[in-house]
Amino acid sequence: MKIALEVNGAAHAVDASPWKRLLDVLREDLRLTGTKEGCGEGECGACTVMLDGEAVNSCLVAAGQCHGRKVTTVEGLANGDVLHAVQKALVKCGGAQCGICTPGIAVCAAHLVDRGLVQGKDDASARAQVRELLAGNICRCTGYQLIVDAVIEAAREVSK
Amino acid sequence: MDPVVVPPVGASLPRVDGVAKVTGRARYLDDLDAPGVWHGATVRSKVPHGVLEAIDLDPAFDWSRVTVVTAADIPGQNVILAIEEDQPALVAVGARVMHVDEPIALVAAPTRELAFEAARHVVPRISPRPPVYDVDEALAAKTRLYKDTNVFKEYAVRKGHASDAEFEAVFAKAVQVIEGTYSTSPQEQMYIEPQAMMAEWSDGRCYIVGSMQCPYYVHKAMKPLLGVEPEGVVITQAVTGGGFGGKEEYPSMIAAHVALLAHKAQRAVKMVYDRDEDIAATTKRHPARTHHRMALDAQGDILAIDVDCVMDGGAYLTLSPVVLSRGILHAAGPYKCPVTRVRGRVVATNHPPHGAFRGFGAPQTTFAYERQLQKLAIARGEDPLAARSRLALRSGDTTSTGQQLGFSVGTDEVIGAIQRAAGTPPARDGVNANGAPVRRGRGVCFYFHGAGFTGSGEQRLAGRATIALTTDGRFEVRSSSTDIGQGAITMFTQICAAALGVDASLVSVVDPSTAQVPDSGPTVASRTCMVVGGLVQTGSRALRESLETWAKEHGMAGRPLPDIAKARGAKGELTETVQYEPPPGVHWDDVTYTGSAYPVYGWAACLVDVAVDLDTYEVTIERCVQAVDVGKAINPVIVKGQIDGGTLQALGWAVLENVVYKDGRVLNASMTNCIVPTFADAPELETILIEVPYPFGPSGAKGVGEIPMDGPAAAVANAVEDALGVAFDAIPISPEAVAATRPRWKFTGGAS
Repeated sequence: MKIALEVNGAAHAVDASPWKRLLDVLREDLRLTGTKEGCGEGECGACTVMLDGEAVNSCLVAAGQCHGRKVTTVEGLANGDVLHAVQKALVKCGGAQCGICTPGIAVCAAHLVDRGLVQGKDDASARAQVRELLAGNICRCTGYQLIVDAVIEAAREVSK
Repeated sequence: MDPVVVPPVGASLPRVDGVAKVTGRARYLDDLDAPGVWHGATVRSKVPHGVLEAIDLDPAFDWSRVTVVTAADIPGQNVILAIEEDQPALVAVGARVMHVDEPIALVAAPTRELAFEAARHVVPRISPRPPVYDVDEALAAKTRLYKDTNVFKEYAVRKGHASDAEFEAVFAKAVQVIEGTYSTSPQEQMYIEPQAMMAEWSDGRCYIVGSMQCPYYVHKAMKPLLGVEPEGVVITQAVTGGGFGGKEEYPSMIAAHVALLAHKAQRAVKMVYDRDEDIAATTKRHPARTHHRMALDAQGDILAIDVDCVMDGGAYLTLSPVVLSRGILHAAGPYKCPVTRVRGRVVATNHPPHGAFRGFGAPQTTFAYERQLQKLAIARGEDPLAARSRLALRSGDTTSTGQQLGFSVGTDEVIGAIQRAAGTPPARDGVNANGAPVRRGRGVCFYFHGAGFTGSGEQRLAGRATIALTTDGRFEVRSSSTDIGQGAITMFTQICAAALGVDASLVSVVDPSTAQVPDSGPTVASRTCMVVGGLVQTGSRALRESLETWAKEHGMAGRPLPDIAKARGAKGELTETVQYEPPPGVHWDDVTYTGSAYPVYGWAACLVDVAVDLDTYEVTIERCVQAVDVGKAINPVIVKGQIDGGTLQALGWAVLENVVYKDGRVLNASMTNCIVPTFADAPELETILIEVPYPFGPSGAKGVGEIPMDGPAAAVANAVEDALGVAFDAIPISPEAVAATRPRWKFTGGAS
């Protein structure tokens, strides 16, 4: 079927099976390879994208469900060469190591920071909240510590 | 002109590859453009042990659209060369199948779906033989899997005694003997990027690119398999989404498979494992059982240590002897003891081969000796950290291999850091966020980790790195060390720029490809910064000197180095290649297993507070402080990130990670039930960097990658014992394991 969807602000029409995974539409049809596949079963969160403002695992979303909807991927976070506050903070704080989980975490964290769902103060309750909100994204490199630092830092920058 | 900013060693330069990774621009294997590439799939055994009688192709399937490869298509030897030649790339008809999920045939097709569908129509016919899963059954050798004994390798370390009778006499006069048997489970590396590899043949050469730690390991394995000269195969690392040891030896297998498929299909073929396949078929940490006993005198000093460690190697030898070696060299621990006997065996079973995983044998034996030290402290009524401090090795003391420690022994610094950070333990009894009653406990541990290859490994390897001035006046670091997330690119950039005295933007680290970089050795064993970083520093200094000499001869003396580089570079490339030389005083005897097992050790201490939920029996780690002596943190943020990550892998191994085998098959081969810690499971990690410089490392740096994996699991077990008054000598300490001990808890309490 023809699927019309908006990805990172640009309109696309994709000819694909309605059962094709959104992840594959993004990576194969649109060549947006920033979105990664870690498990293909909705556990790791590496393929997280925003679908009409909601974070979803794109490996669990069928293309047919995306007709007429808006998708934001990691490629849509930066404004040209100007990184999103979350991206900047991830680089500065050491929140990315191997980087394969980073796009999913960046997409999810950017959403949390933009919506003001994370407080920009570095205390135990704010940190616990970040951990709860990002619990759908697995990282095996960092032990999460520096990612939490980065998200708090980004929230502080944005609230300035 | 912009001011020159020389990033000093010790500054937290942002990762060189950071922006590419946070924007999604970093290209991993599956992201590479490869027009017309076919996809590979693997046909695997469902039988743990047997003889392959035939490989049947379903006559109802249309085979014209796909390429099928079996062992008969291998141009060279059917061997995945690692240490020995016992593991085939594909089981040949008439040969033995040794484990479930062993590769038997390969299929390539224009789409991944078709490849996997075709693979389901290839049916291996296997006549089963009795399988062996238990290490004791393997040692009994009624069923032979490897030579006559099923023992892949046995090592012994002896110190201070000539005969077993003499050794037992020390135990006979002991005032107290502390003894236990400790078990650790297999652990999955769970890098988030599954194994992935692509191959293409062109002009008789095979080009392989993929996710890997060690391009030259793959190179070495491909030569006999493909029957080509060294120049006939080029291995290039793609951006790699985590390894942790899991991409040390197994990539050779996948490289072999894509190379064979590409050869027969006459086109590029790539293979990206499904997560389930990756968990089921690739290597995991060796499960181990360690019996440990210590003889104590009246003062509580250790008179003798006796260790017997048995590891399950799985179906093929792979890297098991080296894993075992590191395990037993750490097994007596960083403690003073005049008489030591350590025996280690790694045995063959019909499990999929176990292999490299961060720590490489040391986490298994560290768990044993740090549980023993806890029992010693409890038995003597001694403060657990004070007991460790009293018995710990310091400069001047000798290890179990008779190595006298000299420089860079951070014992007092790491123990002191934990003492200062400890504070008052939290209230023993309380209520958690769910309103359930909890019982709390505190545990500590102290440990060390040999940095670099074991024994004479570094000398034998003689790793090399090249620093080049390019024709455009820039500098290149050429080494086969891979960045697998640990920050090698950034560290090398920083070391090189600092040694040259130039802005970091003038330095590039080339992508590791065997066509372009010398063999610096594998990216393993906590050696990349210490050993290869050292070569980068030496080479950069030499290049700077050459340039300064050239400047003097050409009337440019005293000019800024970038100007000199531009002028000299215009006349052609200039390179300095440096080869590893062991530090003075490092001698190792492979026959007697005595001497300097490692040129230097990292030292660490850890404190963990746990809360045991008395309703659900879950163990929550409420606090984890780890102090690690890294020699010198080249880039403190990156070093801290390394330690944090290793620490959480250890904490996960302690309480929730496990690989469950049933009938030789991984029962929990998916991320849904082969779990690793999430954001919500992880405690705040308090990492303290201690710097006791190693005089022969770059700016004093020594290994850091593995050490955080070694100790925290024992600290958790010690803390749970402190909470419940019951010893936990096996991990993971799952709710089921806690529940089973309930009748023996030494306090009044329990389910509400």
